[in-house]
Amino acid sequence: MKSSLFFKKMRSIAQFFLVALIATTSITQAVAQDGDAANGETLFNNNCKACHATSDEVAVGPGLKDVQKRRDLAWIVKWVKNPNGVIQSGDEYAVALYNKFNKAQMTAFPAFGEKEVKDILAYIEKANAAPVATAAAPGAAAGGQASGDAAPSDLFTYILVALLIVMLLVLGVLMAIVSILSKAVSGTATAGEEGSFSDKLRNGLVGLSRNSAVRSATVWFFVLMVTKATIDGMYGVGIQQGYAPKQPIAFSHKLHAGQYKIDCNYCHTGVNRGKSATIPSANICMNCHGVIKKESPEIQKIYTAIEKDQPIEWVRVHNLPDLAYFNHAQHVNVGGVQCQQCHGEIQTMEVVEQRSSLTMGWCIDCHRKTEVNTKENAYYDKLVELHKSKSKEPLKVADIGGLECSKCHY
Amino acid sequence: METQTKRYWKGLEELRNDETFIKNAHNEFGSFEPTDSSQNKSIVDGIGSDRRDFLKVLGFGVAAVSLAACDAPVRKSIPYINKPIDTFPSIADWYASTYAEGGDYTSILVKTREGRPIKIEGNRQSSVSGGGVSARAHASLLALYDVEKLKGPKKGESDAAWDTIDKEISSQLASIAAKGGQIRIVSSTILSPSTKAVISDFTKKYPTTQHITYDANSLAGLVKANEISFSKAVIPSYDFSKAKVIVGLSCDFLGTWLSGDEFSRQYVKGRKLSSAKGGKRDMSRHYQFETILSLTGSNADYRAAVKPSQEGLVALALYNKITGAAGVSLGADVDKLIDKAAKDLKAAQGAALVVSGSNDPNVQVVVNALNSALGSYGTTIDLGTPTYYRQGNDTAMNELVDGVKNGAVSAVIFYGCNPVYDHPRGAELKDSISKLSLSVSFADRPEETASLCKYITPAPHYLESWGDAEPKAGSYSLQQPTISLIYKTRQAQSSLLKWAGLSDDFYAYLRNFWKTNILGGGDFESAWTKALHDGVFERAGASTASGAGAPAGVDTAIAAVKNTYKSGSGIEVVLYEKVGMGTGTLANNPWLQEFPEPVTKACWDNYASVSQKTAQELGLSQNDVVKVEVKGKSVELPVLVQPGQANGTVAIAIGYGREKAGKSGNGVGVNVFPFAQYKAGFVSFNAGEGIVSKTGSTHKIAQTQTHETVMARKAVLQEARLPEYQKDTKAGRYFPHVFTSEGVKSSTEISLWNGYEKPNHSWGLVIDLNSCTGCGSCVISCQAENNVSVVGRQEVINRREMHWIRIDRYYSSDAVEDLKGLEIASENPEVTFQPLMCQHCGNAPCETVCPVLATTHSTEGLNQMAYNRCVGTRYCANNCPYKVRRFNWFKYFDNDNFDYHFNNDLGKMVINPDVTVRSRGVIEKCSMCVQRIQEGKLNAKKERRRPIDGEIEVACSQSCPTDAIIFGDMNDPESRISKLLAEEKDNRAFTMLEEINVKPQITYLTKIRNKDVDAKAAAATEHAEHGGH
Repeated sequence: MKSSLFFKKMRSIAQFFLVALIATTSITQAVAQDGDAANGETLFNNNCKACHATSDEVAVGPGLKDVQKRRDLAWIVKWVKNPNGVIQSGDEYAVALYNKFNKAQMTAFPAFGEKEVKDILAYIEKANAAPVATAAAPGAAAGGQASGDAAPSDLFTYILVALLIVMLLVLGVLMAIVSILSKAVSGTATAGEEGSFSDKLRNGLVGLSRNSAVRSATVWFFVLMVTKATIDGMYGVGIQQGYAPKQPIAFSHKLHAGQYKIDCNYCHTGVNRGKSATIPSANICMNCHGVIKKESPEIQKIYTAIEKDQPIEWVRVHNLPDLAYFNHAQHVNVGGVQCQQCHGEIQTMEVVEQRSSLTMGWCIDCHRKTEVNTKENAYYDKLVELHKSKSKEPLKVADIGGLECSKCHY
Repeated sequence: METQTKRYWKGLEELRNDETFIKNAHNEFGSFEPTDSSQNKSIVDGIGSDRRDFLKVLGFGVAAVSLAACDAPVRKSIPYINKPIDTFPSIADWYASTYAEGGDYTSILVKTREGRPIKIEGNRQSSVSGGGVSARAHASLLALYDVEKLKGPKKGESDAAWDTIDKEISSQLASIAAKGGQIRIVSSTILSPSTKAVISDFTKKYPTTQHITYDANSLAGLVKANEISFSKAVIPSYDFSKAKVIVGLSCDFLGTWLSGDEFSRQYVKGRKLSSAKGGKRDMSRHYQFETILSLTGSNADYRAAVKPSQEGLVALALYNKITGAAGVSLGADVDKLIDKAAKDLKAAQGAALVVSGSNDPNVQVVVNALNSALGSYGTTIDLGTPTYYRQGNDTAMNELVDGVKNGAVSAVIFYGCNPVYDHPRGAELKDSISKLSLSVSFADRPEETASLCKYITPAPHYLESWGDAEPKAGSYSLQQPTISLIYKTRQAQSSLLKWAGLSDDFYAYLRNFWKTNILGGGDFESAWTKALHDGVFERAGASTASGAGAPAGVDTAIAAVKNTYKSGSGIEVVLYEKVGMGTGTLANNPWLQEFPEPVTKACWDNYASVSQKTAQELGLSQNDVVKVEVKGKSVELPVLVQPGQANGTVAIAIGYGREKAGKSGNGVGVNVFPFAQYKAGFVSFNAGEGIVSKTGSTHKIAQTQTHETVMARKAVLQEARLPEYQKDTKAGRYFPHVFTSEGVKSSTEISLWNGYEKPNHSWGLVIDLNSCTGCGSCVISCQAENNVSVVGRQEVINRREMHWIRIDRYYSSDAVEDLKGLEIASENPEVTFQPLMCQHCGNAPCETVCPVLATTHSTEGLNQMAYNRCVGTRYCANNCPYKVRRFNWFKYFDNDNFDYHFNNDLGKMVINPDVTVRSRGVIEKCSMCVQRIQEGKLNAKKERRRPIDGEIEVACSQSCPTDAIIFGDMNDPESRISKLLAEEKDNRAFTMLEEINVKPQITYLTKIRNKDVDAKAAAATEHAEHGGH
């Protein structure tokens, strides 16, 4: 218990350090900081979400993660206002983008100005920072079938290392200057002064390496780095965030749930009843595909499965460990939680991936924040009454035992 | 307990305060004790270490760490091709079915998950079994997943195809029948009317066929007696609930006699008490005369130990007392009790019941006459509604063995029976089966009989089969498959139909049979669907006149009894059936093997139980291996010293010593069926006099009785006698006080802790010690529900059994004046059973000592255990005053050292998917079936309502045949538990170890014995009460 708290603290300190460093050194970051993320979220959800993900996942259009690093603000504002204009102007990047996405043009948002774009960028940055904060570092993403999600945290590490090298060099130079100056001031100039600059530098460095403060700082620095990397790596064991395995049939949620807006319940019939949302059986597919697109090779696979009486072996994306009990009905039926809250924008996914970390911290966090859906549920009537008499805060899941061990572990 | 001068003890070692007992009491978990066997000796199993093992572990550790750092395994999600409409993964489906094996009957509900049965519960719609399920019926589930069953038919040693086998058998049957050769179908009791119809159809095709029925524990004598007395060759229905005075004569009617669950339910109905205003303050009185201390005897108010050779004479003495004839003397103690019993019986005319477990028709005729004289017929005995639990005919079976021996019989089909093992003449049969020109067995494995047969055509488990049962006239019950066939097996009925040249579709046959014979008239389809859904169909008015005329043949029987029963001076050997193991058909069932026998608390063995006095006389002590010799046959087995057993007797359980049952059953104990004898045509378990001699070796019996002691804290049990209770409903209660600076306070008033709020639910149990018969059904039910591991004989000896609920059996001796008095009193002690599981304390001592917060408290009153958090310090277990926490010393699954059902894929299908299988190094304990609570709450939430009382049941409360355990929400004023507690609060209700104020969620109700209060005991109680303050 104690140790885990310690780790947590270490992690948050390390993260703070990282974020602060990057924030102060990156100009684009500073731009984003100006924006109002809350407003950005509303704008994004109303206007962009249908085609773009906040992550780097390609939906209809490209994923918007780190878009402010790819292009500068002026360009982005121009593009959002009038994409066609930018393409027509012959801007190389814009033309490449246009061609890459099968010459499908983005809708223009002429009403959007710099403020709106900044807000959206702020939201995108926030949305991307969140998973980084809860999940974890290179080790985690390396946990197997990880997608390219690991990239930014790698980038941070590189920047950090580069910065440190620069700082060390600056320190070295400063110390050399200080020693030279002090010698000059004390007037004990010797023959050494006559040496070349490289000699001086060498002497300075040697002196530096003999300085115990510098030595111990360096050792501590490396120890801390290694410790952090180890801890992050260990936290990441078994976390498969971003896991998007190839499925035996290239089923697209984007097409079915996104484009055709088929209700999730139509296929995942168990979601309101039991623990498992259930992977649809082949006969559910046949409700439509008995008529539609029969000739598609992917759909032919379903036919083959039925003919051979061999079920389709889908690869499980969300693997909760056996020791944790999770029930879909409790969350969806009783709690009224939307599928997307845990599964991400599933209606935009060509290939399903694990969006949430599915760690205990993630579960608990939500249980702490979420209000209980007590509306028209007689089960909660007395509890709500009791809670109201004691507290002005809304009734959270945590207030009715949502953090107790035996709610999930037995 | 505290206020009485009684002394309670769980075993003789505790009473004597043996050195080992004290050592063990202070060391709850057996630490490493070197064992004789070389198994379990490597560091991988946690014991012992050497360099090579260390390297192995090191290597494994490195490999495991590097593997863990790599890919997570790719897991598949495989949906149905065509999902059945009403089935959803993770949601259990329930099917009503029937457990009817060898005449034992229970109407059951089978819980299936993802198409596999994982739990058996009782069907409360059945008026016969009434929702109770015995330990054996619970455990029968595991037999479905027995990996050692045959995977298809066999011809001799080799596998064969059904087609070829069918052709061969049919042609051989035809040629035998053509020559007039005799064909026999040998079976244990068949309760299924449709199966009997199949057999008669088979007989029509092969007219030389006869159906022979025998029972391993026979009651043919009872049937015969009713034929003699009333010209009705049947076993009547009994109703113990209507009896005010019950006398049992060597009759374990709460356990193994006829229908234990049914009788337990009735019996306890007559013994339940209520402290509510105008509540029931009267209970039946139970006398028991018996040789061994049986489950039934342990529940008796008055009990006397008699030798087997006195069995008939007790019945006769009682009869003489009732009818006023000259008495028979059986020794002062017994005579006194017979006098008393006779007086009570007479007074309870019309509400009395005498039952005898004897298989001697003469004794039963006397008992019939006795019951007739007491006016029991028409009240407590219903001769008009016969029961069919035991249909064996000892004479016919005897003739069969002769027939096989002398070649008069040409073909035998063994159906649901194993006579080579469980018949007294099994050895003769073994030698002569080869003489048969055709021998076929329907056994599910090549057991003792089947392995000698020419063909084995395995029948599937009952949970894979269609069938029906008629346990009682007019009460029908259906059996339906709850899983598709696991192996290439075929129902016996289908095989018989096929060989008779008929369609082998038994389902169609069954439906047709029910259409014509049972459901008849009206809309068959809906009647059938309803019967199948309910599991039972009870026809009103099926019984005929329930009374009986004057019994005939009494004088002849009395003369015969006088003639047969003569006490000798030698050691008498008697056989008995254990509540768990039964007759040994389920010997390969690790759950049953590890089930502690309710009274001896021994498992994984049978043994020679002797009384303390006899042991002293013979110079024997516990675990000494003795040779018991009866009429030239002998067995060697360890001694168990059993208080309450008749002096001069040795009792040995049947059902052990299987040779071809499978790895869990083979070689466990010894087979004593050969000791049983034919006496005047009826199989008798009274083997007669034998010689007991010491062999010099020892064999430790795995006995759990003193594993968890109360460490001399005495207020765990509270009991009183009925007259005391009638005067004062608080009788027997102990109210601990604490002296504080503010004066004397009750121990519940002061606490270190603030306690927990329970705003939503407060789950709890009330356990009525007066209703608990100690049958142990809850133990196996809990084991099945909660994936409790089987640890094996050696680990039980090491005191590491894993059962989450145990039934503590306390002996007590009254009013001990000095230490010497203890020994005398223990000759025939009183027995109390106390089911004990985690008490879910509000001020839980375990929670405060856990260094990693693995055990915490919930807002619903539960003491939670997070296995994944546990690091195995065992502090919690050390600090638990009730000793209910269990430690996983080993990984009990996928471990060849524990080769039980958790070590193979088929066996693991029984695992409840809602409960984690615990790994090595963590503590586990009763969770109050939190998975069921969560499921029940969710169901309520889904329907937007509060849970209804009774909707959620925990495994132990659900399976209790006597409703001794009641579960519910104590925050719901309308729940059964709340109402009961309201009535019993400050009366019979107490929490265990109230003086330490741990505030358990489990409440007990005092045990009340229907005993007279004698002057001496009253004085002693009085004295103790004054002295107690």
